[in-house]
Amino acid sequence: MLPLSSQPLIHARRLTKRFGSFTAVDGIDFDVAPGEAFGFLGPNGAGKTSTMRMIGCVSPPTGGTLRVLGMDPVADGPRIRARLGVVPQQDTLDEELTVEENLVIYARYFDIPYREGRRRAAELLDFVQLAERAKSEVEPLSGGMKRRLTIARGLINEPNLLLLDEPTTGLDPQARHLLWDRLYRLKQRGVTLVLTTHYMDEAEQLCDRLVVMDKAKIVAEGSPRQLIERYSTREVLELRFAPGAQESLDGQLDGKLDGIAERIEPLPDRLLLYTSDGDAAIDAVHARGVEPESVLVRRSTLEDVFLRLTGRTLVD
Amino acid sequence: MTLVTRIAPALPLRGRRAVRLIERNSLVYRRTWIVILSGFFEPLFYLLGIGFGLGSLIGGVTGPDGREISYGVFVAPALLATSAMNGAIYETTFNVFFKLKYQKTYDVMLNTPLGVGDVALGEVVWALIRGLLYSLGFLVVMLLLGLALSPLVLLAPLASLLMGFAFSAVGMSVTTYLRKWTDFDLVFVVTMPLFLFSATFFPLSAYPESLQLIVQLTPLYHGVNLLRGLTTGVVGVAQVVDVVYLAVMALLGLIVVNRRLNKLLIK
Repeated sequence: MLPLSSQPLIHARRLTKRFGSFTAVDGIDFDVAPGEAFGFLGPNGAGKTSTMRMIGCVSPPTGGTLRVLGMDPVADGPRIRARLGVVPQQDTLDEELTVEENLVIYARYFDIPYREGRRRAAELLDFVQLAERAKSEVEPLSGGMKRRLTIARGLINEPNLLLLDEPTTGLDPQARHLLWDRLYRLKQRGVTLVLTTHYMDEAEQLCDRLVVMDKAKIVAEGSPRQLIERYSTREVLELRFAPGAQESLDGQLDGKLDGIAERIEPLPDRLLLYTSDGDAAIDAVHARGVEPESVLVRRSTLEDVFLRLTGRTLVD
Repeated sequence: MTLVTRIAPALPLRGRRAVRLIERNSLVYRRTWIVILSGFFEPLFYLLGIGFGLGSLIGGVTGPDGREISYGVFVAPALLATSAMNGAIYETTFNVFFKLKYQKTYDVMLNTPLGVGDVALGEVVWALIRGLLYSLGFLVVMLLLGLALSPLVLLAPLASLLMGFAFSAVGMSVTTYLRKWTDFDLVFVVTMPLFLFSATFFPLSAYPESLQLIVQLTPLYHGVNLLRGLTTGVVGVAQVVDVVYLAVMALLGLIVVNRRLNKLLIK
């Protein structure tokens, strides 16, 4: 047997999930190594949540192989779940209990004694900056606080693997940054994170490695940097035009921009010019007599990768 | 034996952690115990209002063995049975529906080592514990008022427990089919006639013959008959039938709950 550290925590081959005639996950392959922060990136309905539920042993796969912590989710569900932390997409806190009770009773579900449960609860409430709210009801907490409490709950059993389904969806920027900071600290402590997101910045911030999912399939895999290098250029020049210029955008201004960029992507309100040198591209655009309303040079992001791979933006 | 081996695999055998649900629910009720208390007063008010109020007008009725008994003695075990039913039904309909559809309590539990069998068994057992508490309270009142004629009354808590099991298992099964809060009207459409027409307030012989048969097929009738037999000290084959009826009902209910929760939660 291999030492645990070199065995993947999650191993999936041809993993498939069907609901009747609808295929939610269509034969995907991936491995997650210990200590890694691994992301599933994709638009809503791409199959991310279905994949997470299969990993969480609450949704039996329809086909393919899945091993979590070296075990079979169908046969060993309770044993696997004992070592998982799960942060669901929806806040599913127990509103009939206080903040602290939510953690203590959740600890009981893992057979953790009350004493130890209370000790861990205090520690985790500190960690997610909710210590002052320990005796509070759950209902009046803000969205960010509820999400942090849900993360604390997911950590109560000191899991080997933390599953986070869209951890910051619906949170304001400040709450998101606080959450990212906590997740980053967990990662530094060696907790393996698996998360889904449809936010590019989140994936770039948190993930060592990610897969891009679209229409139930994995369309690309790699680190954020690798993906950008492979599927995009170093810089992007965004040209914005007055409203109503849609037709000429689709025709890319009748070929006036030919050859300026490696690739041109028309969006409803602007053109994206993929190039290694944005400033040089601006000069070239002006030299050809094209006068956009505004120009912006920026670095390529995962959003560009996604656009390139699927022809669509991530969040509609 | 073949029946047992056939049914056993369908039962939530992995219910070792069901006790965690009971811990969770008692934590909730630690702060809302007054709600539990209300369930005790309901049958008590019925007993005082109907048993004594109405009873003083009626005088005696014919008991199970043909002897004349006071109306209070006649109606008290029926109210005991009703409170066992109501305790189980309230808990497994409203409360379970809220946890199943809105709070997603069970989805959360299934992210832990708990399984569907634990959830089904835990909720059913919790409901019958709650029902048992009501029954015990009511029994004390019956004893104090001299409404129990036989030492067999000591078996009444066991009978209430069986009733609680049967009604909570079936109640929870029904809840898994409900979609919205207004569907709960249907629950009352069923429990209200059961309450009124299960030989609760007047003996079975008072019903028209064709209706007697229907009454004898309904579940609360068997609870009433069983408890009345115990408190008046008249037991026989009929009470054995009651026990079997309720036990089968409990078992079938548990099987359906387990299947339905598997279908709803493990997708």
